[in-house]
Amino acid sequence: MKLISIKKPAFPWFGMDIGGTLVKLVYFEPKDITAEEEQEEVENLKSIRRYLTSNTAYGKTGVRDVHLELRNLTICGRTGNLHFIRFPTLAMHRFIQMGSDKNFSSLHTTLCATGGGAYKFESDFMTVADLELLKLDELDCLIHGLLYVDSVGFNGHPECYYFENPSDTQNCVKKPCCLDNPFPMLLVNIGSGVSILAVYSKDNYKRVTGTSLGGGTFLGLCCLLTGCETFEEALEMASKGDSSNVDKLVKDIYGGDYERFGLQGSAVASSFGHMMSKEKRESISKEDLARATLVTITNNIGSIARMCAVNEKIERVVFVGNFLRINTVSTKLLAYAMDFWSKGQLKALFLEHEGYFGAVGAFLELLKSSEEA
Amino acid sequence: MAGHVGGTEGGRNSMDKSITLPPDEIFRNLENAKRFAIDIGGSLTKLAYYSTVQHKVAKVKSFDHSVKEAEGDPVYEISVQEEITARLHFIKFENAYIETCLDFIKDHLVNTETKVIKATGGGAHKFKDLIEKKLKLKVDKEDEMTCLIKGCNFVLRNIPHEAFVYAKHADPEFRFQNTHPDIFPYLLINIGSGVSIVKVESEDKFERVGGSSIGGGTFWGLGALLTKTKRFDELLQLASRGQHSNVDMLVKDIYGGAYESLGLTGDLIASSFGKSATTDKQFSKEDMAKSLLHMISNDIGQLACLYARLHNLSTVYFGGFFIRGHPVTMHTITYSINFFTKGEVQALFLRHEGYLGTIGAFLKGAEEDNPNQYSWGENYAGSSGLMSVSPDINPMQRARSGTFSFDMLEMDRLERQLVNLPLLQDPSSYIPDTVDLTEDSHAREYWLSCFEEALDGVVKRALASQPDILEAAERAEKFRQKYRHKLQTLRQQPFAYGSLTVRSLLDTREHCLNEFNFPDPYSKIKQRENDMALKYYQKVVRALEDLSWEQRQFALVRGLLAGNVFDWGAKAVSDVLETDPGFGFEQAKQQLQERPWLVDAYNQWIERLKGEPHKCALFFVDNSGIDIILGVFPFVRELLIRGTQVVLASNSLPALNDVTNNELHILTERIAGMDPVIQAAVKDDRLTLVQSGSSSPCLDLSRLDKVLATVVRERRTDLVIIEGMGRAIHTNYYAALSCESLKLAVIKNSWLADRLGGKIFSVVFKFEVPPKTQGLH
Repeated sequence: MKLISIKKPAFPWFGMDIGGTLVKLVYFEPKDITAEEEQEEVENLKSIRRYLTSNTAYGKTGVRDVHLELRNLTICGRTGNLHFIRFPTLAMHRFIQMGSDKNFSSLHTTLCATGGGAYKFESDFMTVADLELLKLDELDCLIHGLLYVDSVGFNGHPECYYFENPSDTQNCVKKPCCLDNPFPMLLVNIGSGVSILAVYSKDNYKRVTGTSLGGGTFLGLCCLLTGCETFEEALEMASKGDSSNVDKLVKDIYGGDYERFGLQGSAVASSFGHMMSKEKRESISKEDLARATLVTITNNIGSIARMCAVNEKIERVVFVGNFLRINTVSTKLLAYAMDFWSKGQLKALFLEHEGYFGAVGAFLELLKSSEEA
Repeated sequence: MAGHVGGTEGGRNSMDKSITLPPDEIFRNLENAKRFAIDIGGSLTKLAYYSTVQHKVAKVKSFDHSVKEAEGDPVYEISVQEEITARLHFIKFENAYIETCLDFIKDHLVNTETKVIKATGGGAHKFKDLIEKKLKLKVDKEDEMTCLIKGCNFVLRNIPHEAFVYAKHADPEFRFQNTHPDIFPYLLINIGSGVSIVKVESEDKFERVGGSSIGGGTFWGLGALLTKTKRFDELLQLASRGQHSNVDMLVKDIYGGAYESLGLTGDLIASSFGKSATTDKQFSKEDMAKSLLHMISNDIGQLACLYARLHNLSTVYFGGFFIRGHPVTMHTITYSINFFTKGEVQALFLRHEGYLGTIGAFLKGAEEDNPNQYSWGENYAGSSGLMSVSPDINPMQRARSGTFSFDMLEMDRLERQLVNLPLLQDPSSYIPDTVDLTEDSHAREYWLSCFEEALDGVVKRALASQPDILEAAERAEKFRQKYRHKLQTLRQQPFAYGSLTVRSLLDTREHCLNEFNFPDPYSKIKQRENDMALKYYQKVVRALEDLSWEQRQFALVRGLLAGNVFDWGAKAVSDVLETDPGFGFEQAKQQLQERPWLVDAYNQWIERLKGEPHKCALFFVDNSGIDIILGVFPFVRELLIRGTQVVLASNSLPALNDVTNNELHILTERIAGMDPVIQAAVKDDRLTLVQSGSSSPCLDLSRLDKVLATVVRERRTDLVIIEGMGRAIHTNYYAALSCESLKLAVIKNSWLADRLGGKIFSVVFKFEVPPKTQGLH
């Protein structure tokens, strides 16, 4: 018989996902701290908790997504709230410096980290802050985190949603749904780049393919084309633009539908195709350019995802990643693309905690690692 | 000659009308042109027309037998006649010259029957009025994709070495594909402003299975926005100088190295333009253009792979203006396909990709003539090679220099339909040529020099064949210029017409000779040699009859080999023949290598002869004169006596001193007159003459006259004999047949002999028996 030590890991409980553009951090705030515990608690642990939970912004670029907070979560025998925090990867060095300043290493906690940055910044953590990282595979974390959040739900509501009538813009509405029997699913993670996984069970999955045309491409091109600086700015511009001033549509070439091949006149024939003309380049607005960039990247991801779903014979396509944050243009476009091009065969699903599953997965590993210790 | 085409109406200043068109080279045979088609793309116009070409052909005619010829009269008479053959002309030029070209056509067009011009391509609409006004032809628009596919099928079927793979760092960069007898099914990825992915299953069945809006227009449009560079070609030039890793976020930028558990290397692009999202610095035009090129090429490659996999297809061709001969894009697309399919699918490109639309539009218009029932051949004399107009040269620079650059393709309609020899073991892996000179630079250097050195002799011979024609000297000189220029081009660009081979060098020479109306420079020599050899025929046969069976078999083989020494195609021999016309049959035998020969399967052959006679032998014959009359005929006679039927296959049209089908008919008739064995065999149809469909000194067993294939099948041919250096060494040396075969030749070239490990006049006598097929007998 194997004795499982249920020795809990030391607080604070973090999970971190260091991506190409953004660092995602989940922090568990225990709400069941006894008076006795409180007395024993060291000062800097308290200060970390206070700092994180009483602010919604950290420095110039750190943000807590308050609306995503998972409340009254019981995990590993403790009850509390799970907080979701993000900041640019560019600020990573400042973050590590802060860990050093706050003497984080004295707390003897394990820092579970996933994403490429876990590897890239490993030695910086060690040399600057005397912190050893527990490095975790990002795809394992992604799947584990996703399944966990879906299983606990979103404060009493389903985590998952889809769009009803995706091919009808007038009547397209967001609907919650349950991911009770999620397998097999095609998981499309849109971060700076895109990874596409076929997931058959919690531990059985394969990376089908990926594309370098992802969120980083959208933002990168938008910055170059419009001079904007942030994702929010880029999306704001895109929401006001009209991509048909930038893209060449089927009807621009054929005067209407290309019936021989069943292509609608409104379909995009050539992304940025109008920009081959000098006159049009000179008269185009930044908003139109931002919109066209967003539509181009989104449609391309949709197209690759759809082909993978057909090749892998999977009907359920789940889109996650921070590219989809506050980005209903893309979510609706993806829902439409899956439905329309597959003639209703494929269904696009989305999750409320879009980009945080890797971090949640890392956080779960922290608890698991101490269980087995 | 109206060489200069001046401006007519003025107006559009984008049209360049001050250009001088070279009338001898461009829009050839326009006088007889009928049926036009035009494909106007974003920057290039491709024009197609069908024309007839008047050719001089050498005909031979037997003298009337009722009039007894005097001693010393030749065996047959030679006359030069005019013959009309059909040719397809395709020409490609920049849109800026369209008005100049239309004016030129208008001025030279004589045929008034033509009423319409078939048109396709995005620009067809824009130039409709101009075309209708200038040419007084009605513009009839055809669907772009249908034209593209029709054109693609046509070139794949009719042009050997049409498709190639591109490898930037290999030498040569181009690796040509063997034409597969069955071209279907395949996937065509057309990268125009957007991308269309078309699955082609048969001549008439194709389907657009998918596409993408990220294509050439995206590269151009987005590239112009990012770099303020207007032209597509300039953008590609920028890209070829850039470093994409300055702009793209690589795996190593995120991981610090590779993402090893997934096998993603550090240099892989994780996020295109990802660095421009996270850094404020200025990016160079070159770097952004390169990043954009990679982004688009990788994306197209990925989609192509996904569609290839979905439809279970491994033949994938790429075309469209994004590709159109640009090494930069061929490289990035190839890279992407290799990456995404792990080498399982190869990206294929087409030599005449730019012409597909116009070929298809033309074929649509010519459906009543049923062009697909004919076989067509690329005319090397009238076609520019691959990369003849470098896409990387700035068109503005070209315009300033005043040269009108254009690219041409000419295809001759062959009189006969060409098919595979039914006896090929595996038609799809058959490669006619023994050495690919594109790959073997040492051999290439030798043969190019060899053909260059032989040029004076060929010019002399061509001239001598037309002693009474005054302007022959001028034509001969033009031939010299043209062929020398072809050789120079091939030295620079060995890949210009597909894989360079001894066969293609010989064929190009024949095409150039024909071009300048030297249809048969060897006609008189052949006549004289045939004449001479006929006189010895009976003596040779009688001498053979006196020998024992064993001795006779050896003498027959030696006779065959000695006859083969008489070859004007081989430099060493033409030197001897030129200086010593009395070089006789017996002397030739003395030149032969003694046994054991360089390749010596004589013993196996004799053993085989002791067994069952063959049912039917197909004999590809070589030279006129002593070779055919004193070498081949006695050998054939013996086969006939053994009870083996014989099919003699000879060239349809002249090449060097090879015996043509016409000549062979007369010779056979004359021999039958002297020899009852031959006479009876001809009468009983046990000896049959067929034409090969070829006019080459070499032999491509995948392009043979359909009648030959039928005869071979009907007679249940079980032995193939291939004779001569051109047919059995330069080509077919490694050809695997499904029946027994005899390949024999005398190596009359010291360099080649050296290569094969022998000396000049070494003998190759190869007898091959295919592995026994189970289930037979």
